[in-house]
Amino acid sequence: MNPGNPVISIRNVGRAFGNKQVLENISLEVEQAETFGILGPSGSGKTTLVKLLTGIDETTSGEVFVLGVKMPKLAMLQQIGYMAQSDALYTELSAKENLEFFAALYGLKGEQRSRRIKAVMELVNLEEHLRKRVDQYSGGMKRRLSLAIALLHEPPVLILDEPTVGIDPVLRLSIWKELKALNRKGTTIVLTTHVMDEAEKCDRLAMIRDGKLLAVDTPTGLLQATSTDSIEEAFLYYGGVRS
Amino acid sequence: MRIKAITLRILQQFIHDKRTMALMFLAPLLVLSLMSLVFNGKTYVPKFGVSGQATILSATLEKHDAEVMAYTTMELGQTALKESKIDALITMNGTAMQVELEGSNPTANRAVMLVLGQSSQNLLSSEKQVQPEISYLYGSADMKTIDRFGPIMIGVFVFFFVFLIAGVSFLRERTTGTLERLLSTPLKRWEIVLGYVCGFGIFTVLQALLISWYSIQVLGIIMTGSFGYVMLMTLLLSMAALTLGTLLSAFAANELQMIQFIPLIIVPQIFLSGLFPLDTLPLWLQRVGLATPLYYGAEALMNIMIRGKGWSAIALDVYVLIGFSLLFMLLNVWALRKHRKM
Repeated sequence: MNPGNPVISIRNVGRAFGNKQVLENISLEVEQAETFGILGPSGSGKTTLVKLLTGIDETTSGEVFVLGVKMPKLAMLQQIGYMAQSDALYTELSAKENLEFFAALYGLKGEQRSRRIKAVMELVNLEEHLRKRVDQYSGGMKRRLSLAIALLHEPPVLILDEPTVGIDPVLRLSIWKELKALNRKGTTIVLTTHVMDEAEKCDRLAMIRDGKLLAVDTPTGLLQATSTDSIEEAFLYYGGVRS
Repeated sequence: MRIKAITLRILQQFIHDKRTMALMFLAPLLVLSLMSLVFNGKTYVPKFGVSGQATILSATLEKHDAEVMAYTTMELGQTALKESKIDALITMNGTAMQVELEGSNPTANRAVMLVLGQSSQNLLSSEKQVQPEISYLYGSADMKTIDRFGPIMIGVFVFFFVFLIAGVSFLRERTTGTLERLLSTPLKRWEIVLGYVCGFGIFTVLQALLISWYSIQVLGIIMTGSFGYVMLMTLLLSMAALTLGTLLSAFAANELQMIQFIPLIIVPQIFLSGLFPLDTLPLWLQRVGLATPLYYGAEALMNIMIRGKGWSAIALDVYVLIGFSLLFMLLNVWALRKHRKM
């Protein structure tokens, strides 16, 4: 970690759709090579925040910086790997054709392209199914293929919107192992989740609810501050629901 | 590079989706064949009934290619008329000839009146009349209805199928989330639009080639001009259809809403394309026709195929269609701003 030089910096960010304020005055920083979790119930604004980070959407107020560059900026998209909540795959094509297509969009060619495709498919344990059509994939396999595509161009920043939904515990464990390995190589990971035990694996957590930032801390820090035993209880504490 | 990637991907999707490919290539051929059979140029033969003294007209009527049934009484003839067995009944009331038409079918009515007119001319003037010399500037005496409709229908089918397939494909990018995924890569908005034009462009070239060849060589639709120009016009029409389809898909939430554009966008264009004479329409409606791509495509195709005209006659249509396509593309790049501002 390299404090003082954040990879992602969100400053007083608000996002409104018409009259509906989806995000309100959010400020937080993500350091290099950490896994940063955004935890919140569905409808809390997690995906909206992620879209601001990836440059797909723009803020109504405040600023977002990624690697020191103010977003949205087209050139920065090359530095970001994004895995959306929906699988966003071309189901009538084979996995290989999907990977080749996205690799081409990120400017990977020739030998480097085939090397990266092989590497990411091994990572998500799908190398045997490379030539299979995606409409024959199971839900979990599609999720893993989406992750593989996000990792193709070796981005320094990885943004994952609910990456492990529909993936069985064994595979989830192996994906987490890989995410931690990426962290060690210097990749910064931001992910959203509403699965509490997954939140505990993050280096730091931001809790959001109704578009407001409730707290940012390490999982243990959150437990201490709220004097609770689990992230779930801490979450309820901040949400104003006391058990 | 990125445009090439999108082009390649669209080609792969087509190759995997055999049914859509068949729809694009075979469906227009099927419908054109059917049209050719319906409008095969045979003129309707009217059926006359004659009774009483009117039977003396039989020979004259038959000379003018009408079928004649003789009835012994007027009542029998009227029954036949009521049962639609004949199109008209001729009776004599003293010296006055009375004709009653069945009347429910305009085509039959016209055929009856034509034969009557020819026959009465024949009866009145027994001496030989001076026959005018008749020649045709374009077309010929044996030009059939399909020869007139054919060039327009080639344009209509190319436009219809490309509009629908390109529109739905682009729409599905949005509904399946792949558009958002594309926009999270460093891909520029105009690169997506151009990629679609190139990918579908390759297929529309093949489609235009097949439809034009089939209409002219197999169906034998009149063709006096250059095949190259026919190809050019069908291609430009499909470009306009492709760019319009992808643009309008931005305003449809799902496939069903895309289908709803057919009666709004496609059908009015067909009626205003010159398939039916436009001169009888109110002026404002004629003006609306001038704002539709199909009008220019159909006009140029008729000039090439029926009138055998060359570049100077179609140049304006070519420029207008290119203009339409460019406009739709620009608007589409702009419409994509809804999904990503940069």
